[in-house]
Amino acid sequence: MSKINEAEVRAEVRTWLTANWDPEMSLVAWRSKLADSGWAMPHWPEAWYGRGLPVGLTRVVDEEFASVGAVGAAKSGVRLLAAATLLEHGTDLQKKNFLRRILTGEDNWCQLFSEPGSGSDLAGATTRADLNGDYWIINGQKVWTTSAHHADHGLLLARTDWDAPKHEGMSFFVIDIRQPGVDVQPLKQMNGHASFNQVFFTDAKVPAENLVGRVGEGWKVAVTTLAHERRGADGLSAPSKRGSRTGRIYLEERAELETANQPYKWYPQRAGRVDLVIERAKETGANSDPNVRQEIAKLMIMAKSAEWTARRARAAQQQGRPQGPEGSLGKLAASNVARAAARVHTLITGTEAMLTGSGSPRDGIIAEILVSVPAVSIAGGTDEIQRNIIAERVLDLPKEPRFDTGPFRNVRRN
Amino acid sequence: MSRTDESRLDPARRIQFAFTDEQEQFRSAIGRFLNDKSPTTEVRRLMGTAEGYDPAVWRQLSEELALPGIHIPEQYGGAGFGMVELCIVTEELGRALLCAPYFSTAVLAANAILNAGTEAQKASLLPDLASGARRATLAVTELNGQWDPQSIELVATRVENGYRLDGVKSYVVDGHVAELLVVAARLPNTVGGDGLALFTLDANSNGVERRPLESMDPTRKLARIAFHSAPAQLLGNLDDGSETLARTLDQATIALANEMVGGAQKLLDSAVDYTKVRVQFGRTIGSFQAIKHRLADLLLEVELAKSAAYYAAQASAADDPEWPALACLAKAAASETYLRMAAECIQLHGGIGFTWDNDTHLWFKRAKSSEVFLGQPSYHRELLMQRWGV
Repeated sequence: MSKINEAEVRAEVRTWLTANWDPEMSLVAWRSKLADSGWAMPHWPEAWYGRGLPVGLTRVVDEEFASVGAVGAAKSGVRLLAAATLLEHGTDLQKKNFLRRILTGEDNWCQLFSEPGSGSDLAGATTRADLNGDYWIINGQKVWTTSAHHADHGLLLARTDWDAPKHEGMSFFVIDIRQPGVDVQPLKQMNGHASFNQVFFTDAKVPAENLVGRVGEGWKVAVTTLAHERRGADGLSAPSKRGSRTGRIYLEERAELETANQPYKWYPQRAGRVDLVIERAKETGANSDPNVRQEIAKLMIMAKSAEWTARRARAAQQQGRPQGPEGSLGKLAASNVARAAARVHTLITGTEAMLTGSGSPRDGIIAEILVSVPAVSIAGGTDEIQRNIIAERVLDLPKEPRFDTGPFRNVRRN
Repeated sequence: MSRTDESRLDPARRIQFAFTDEQEQFRSAIGRFLNDKSPTTEVRRLMGTAEGYDPAVWRQLSEELALPGIHIPEQYGGAGFGMVELCIVTEELGRALLCAPYFSTAVLAANAILNAGTEAQKASLLPDLASGARRATLAVTELNGQWDPQSIELVATRVENGYRLDGVKSYVVDGHVAELLVVAARLPNTVGGDGLALFTLDANSNGVERRPLESMDPTRKLARIAFHSAPAQLLGNLDDGSETLARTLDQATIALANEMVGGAQKLLDSAVDYTKVRVQFGRTIGSFQAIKHRLADLLLEVELAKSAAYYAAQASAADDPEWPALACLAKAAASETYLRMAAECIQLHGGIGFTWDNDTHLWFKRAKSSEVFLGQPSYHRELLMQRWGV
């Protein structure tokens, strides 16, 4: 294959955009055109809505899109995790059925992995799938499912063999969420928001053709999804930078993003809002208290050091060096920073920290920090799991002895 | 160093977050030298001597690796590198706990002369420091133990052909073996930041009385120096003594923070290695989550402190306007981390960790002396808040 030239790609995408981009089109019509052109996902294979370009060149395409304000494929939610999983493990029929409507935004997706009985230990799932003729029959319960209430399809991990060891008895499916056997209920959190759902399956049906990978290989497929999730395709869409542009398509895109980002409105507060600390200390006068000053300094030192640690990791990566320990520490550092920030916000706010809502400091934002921070050390892998990962992969310490080997049927569980 | 408008908008754009290949090679060369010359058997031997260092190793470190002048410009006999390289040296020295008058000569005295000295003074004083031919130190703190220059009381009085110094300096690093003294003093009848200036004199001058102090960390020797009308020369001029002294102390603080994270990393390695071989209850203790989780937390803390120390060194080398505040940030971070790491390293070793024969106490004591040397963490946190305008 001849070496693909950056300038050629740039010229080609520019020409295509000049001929096709029209902000007065509907979002779906434009994205259909985009999917067919291969410019929506230029690093995907040519057979499936891509152009087979190296990942490094997608930046060039993004730049050209940005320069004319062209809208890209739908990327919110877990749709790209679904797409990546199907590209790697799906059948041609599945790719044909699902990929295009992922890109156009016509279908929404959700991820059905976690269960009430299996949080950190995801492979302990007990939602069952039993084959009956041409259908798998699904029974059980999933939880922490973002956006399930407006999803069309779900990525489902379910147990198909109870006599196999736990990682070998699961299979992976695409399930239609909009069917009578699936009941989606919002899960209200301690901070009053409901960003997630519980999903109950009662004899829900999955056609046999929607098995992804082979029977018993569900864990392997799920690992692909999780790896993409860790790489950052987590559905947290940045607010559109095209705010000032006019055209039908931008209105539709804004509405889409608003819906997609709705569950995440409290996420900045969950991270502790370190950015507000010094401002708040000045506005309350707490900055004249020597003890508060010490605590603010401790927090800022931790937060700044964590930020620089992340930058060290990125810099090493850019230089093509093997990643050092600094690359595995971000999540644990973020938990520590969030907890410390909540403590300092309380110290600064004093008695008013007993209040919440619009009559409380910063229109309720401070109160929301205090009741949202406990999520950060749990979501996306608890601190305890992060510490195990760091200890085993970075420090090369031995694993704990296991008690969950042998047939899953005999493994102790909730 | 000139800055473009763009870089002023985002200092982080200019500050490097990865060491260059050359810097990594430099670090490895120092590491190899120190593995060879500063095993703990040597550290233990030298810390028991009055001088506290090995002149033959000091000569090799100067001649083969040119370390004392690493940051001194070539025109004054140095290697012409900067703060980043100086801090690589101190980090490695902190890891190996080398007993040598490096911090006093290269970090304190040489930087004071670079910051304050006239062209003629730099040309006459620096080449001997860069070559390792002359040992030097900086005397700032007095009997009150304060690191804030405003609390300096030692008086410099103008006389014919120079000044005479009267007063007492204490906690002077390597003050017992230094040949050249740089002394922070104030003019008669001045207070606060006014009237502060730096002076130089030969340590063997008349009127200089030196007494070694018994230091808890025997790898960092301290002295008390009394000046009785000791003859001295003004270093630089009287106008910016306060700023040059502050600059020198801030640079030293960053170099110390880097030394400290080198020591903290060494202790972490030691703790991890030990928990992988120590067996209790039929398992290596490193397989217990109670131990694994603590080590993961310690790794995080050490890496964060390293990031702060490296960033401060880079910011200082780039003359980023924020660098003096970052000196405080890095020192406070390194102090807490080093001491916690040292205490945890003893704890993870169990009873053996509290014995004299186990090496952990060597670093524990360095961690303790570093915690207060150049200012306690609480002092630096308060200074950080002031420098950030909080």
